[in-house]
Amino acid sequence: MPGKMNSEPTAGTVKTDFAIDVSNVTKSFSGKVVVNSLSMQVKKGEIYGFLGPNGSGKTTFIRILCGLLTPDSASGTCLGLDILKEQDAIKRRVGYMTQRFSLYEELTVTENIELIARLYNVPERKKAVREIIETTGFGGREKQLAGTLSGGWKQRLSLAACLVHKPELLLLDEPTAGVDPKARRDFWEEIHNFANAGITTLVSTHYMDEAERCHRLAYIAYGDLLAKGTIQEVVDGSGLSTWIVTGGNLGALSVELRKSGTIEQIVVFGDSLHLTGSDPEQLEKAIEPYRSRPDYYWKRSRSGIEDVFIYLTEKKARDNY
Amino acid sequence: MKIFTGFSFKRFAAVVIKEFIQMRRDRMTFAMMIGIPVIQLVIFGYVINSNPKFLPTAIVCADHSPFSRSIISAMRTSEYFSIAQEVDSEQQAADMLRRSEVQFVLSFPENFSRELVKGQRPQLLLELDAADPATVAYAVAAVEGLVDSALQKDFKGALRRPPDSLVDIRIHRCFNPEIKTQINIVPGLLGVILTMTMVFITSLAVTREKERGTMETLLSTPVKPLEVMTGKIVPYILVGYIQITLVLGLAETLFDIDINGSILLLYLTAFFFITANLAVGVTISTLAKNQLQAVQMSVFFFLPSLLLSGFMFPFRGMPEWAQWIGNVLPLTHFLVIVRGIILRGADFMDFAGHFLALSIFLVAVIIIGLLRYRKTLD
Repeated sequence: MPGKMNSEPTAGTVKTDFAIDVSNVTKSFSGKVVVNSLSMQVKKGEIYGFLGPNGSGKTTFIRILCGLLTPDSASGTCLGLDILKEQDAIKRRVGYMTQRFSLYEELTVTENIELIARLYNVPERKKAVREIIETTGFGGREKQLAGTLSGGWKQRLSLAACLVHKPELLLLDEPTAGVDPKARRDFWEEIHNFANAGITTLVSTHYMDEAERCHRLAYIAYGDLLAKGTIQEVVDGSGLSTWIVTGGNLGALSVELRKSGTIEQIVVFGDSLHLTGSDPEQLEKAIEPYRSRPDYYWKRSRSGIEDVFIYLTEKKARDNY
Repeated sequence: MKIFTGFSFKRFAAVVIKEFIQMRRDRMTFAMMIGIPVIQLVIFGYVINSNPKFLPTAIVCADHSPFSRSIISAMRTSEYFSIAQEVDSEQQAADMLRRSEVQFVLSFPENFSRELVKGQRPQLLLELDAADPATVAYAVAAVEGLVDSALQKDFKGALRRPPDSLVDIRIHRCFNPEIKTQINIVPGLLGVILTMTMVFITSLAVTREKERGTMETLLSTPVKPLEVMTGKIVPYILVGYIQITLVLGLAETLFDIDINGSILLLYLTAFFFITANLAVGVTISTLAKNQLQAVQMSVFFFLPSLLLSGFMFPFRGMPEWAQWIGNVLPLTHFLVIVRGIILRGADFMDFAGHFLALSIFLVAVIIIGLLRYRKTLD
């Protein structure tokens, strides 16, 4: 839906069901368009996944949302506040977690959280800091220097720091990059707890399995929005069909298939080959000559979200050049 | 030898090539490599002048006569002295010395010419600001011969007298009677040390935040530019005061340098000097992309401060353009103030002009810094 209700910039909070409702967000750096006329609606209390390859403009978009970058053009609201005019008010109600660890390594856990709490003028600071340390599991580590924490704990500390002022919206920029699976799982558990408590989360990630933990998602590549909705909607909307091949020498088969040039997309996974195409019949015809070979096991399958994303990205790349 | 075994010229060449590529990409370092030699050459070549001329001189003349006129005119033509003013009283002349407005005061006593004609060898008093012995050494060495040969012209033929018998030149070295170099250097070092630490530390302070990404955290909070800038400056003001106290204490115990003026006044004016340097540091850090650049820019500020402020070389010996640059730098003015207070017992009105210059510098740099500080990451 186009952001009709917010088309007029209004001072003060606008009543809206959306935590984020922006349209036509564009930003370029020295002539290169990094975010191209992006629109996004995120409902309150939703976990919204933001996916896309490296350099696709995710970080830039998130930075625009929290007022760290000025867009070339944009309209809409964040928490009902105008994203161009009320950046200061937005900052106070948003928690932003940067892609790389950006707290003070030479300060302890408590000192870092205290600093952020002071910068946000958090009321009853001591209590709020104590609370956040308990809920994020830092009890017993309060006096540890942030620089000496492991990757998973650093990321947890960043999360704690952006929660201390009780934001209504969390903007998490690749929060789980370089974090081990267990820590990632715990992290997502936590984000779902926040969602239950009514906090909206916009989270960017590279991990496809994390896409499935989001209520809805958007996929961007080269600054353009390529798909959005629930996983089901994105997969159905793509109109793709996929065959999965297992067994035999998959490496050799993939080389052969690529050479034939009749299959739109061939992706090698550890123990399987995903063959994807936009036309089911054409795909079936293309694999026909190979199906009689021994050792290989062929199965028609529903396209996975990963197949769809790879397809969209490659198509976009082809269209661009 | 072991370090030479297995030396591969190709691998060595790979490192050399990489080094050149990096050098070419790093504009700032490149500028340093070209800029530093040029600056040094120009400064050392043109500016250093250990034989300064045209030193401002005041005359107290209680005896206007052809003799005093020919002495003054000889001083003028010697080029060592530039007769700034003729004043009426000794007191007025002493004030000018204290304010560092003049380097020399030459006093002709009453009855100078009468005693001279009678061959009574009248006294001629040359008071000088000897705080910096290097500035005055040549002029002082020249003065006796100068006066004698000027007078010999007036005593020709039968009146001719033996050399050096006409007048008794008394030289009074004020502020540094023992001609100790430390007297001038140590108070000056106070300013140099403050410039060095304050500019370097703060120029790194903001760049470090940018490099580590913590600036992004700060910018994403509601904190305002002025809050960040002042918040970063204030702790170092305290550090500056600790340094001042340390230097003054050591000056007293190690070099027997007493503070002749008001120590409170020194601490008060130091506030403006420290803040000015910190503001320079913060401004540099908003311009520099990384910590290395911040250090390089600090060097570009520190080097002229050291060389053109009158700390290393006599300020009055520098060419006019160099004095002009020097007058922009806060250290130049602080040196006058700090040497004034410590050595000459100067009070505030004695250096009000320098204080004003320092304040203007401070305000200008803070404005530049605030304009440059970005609230966003663009």
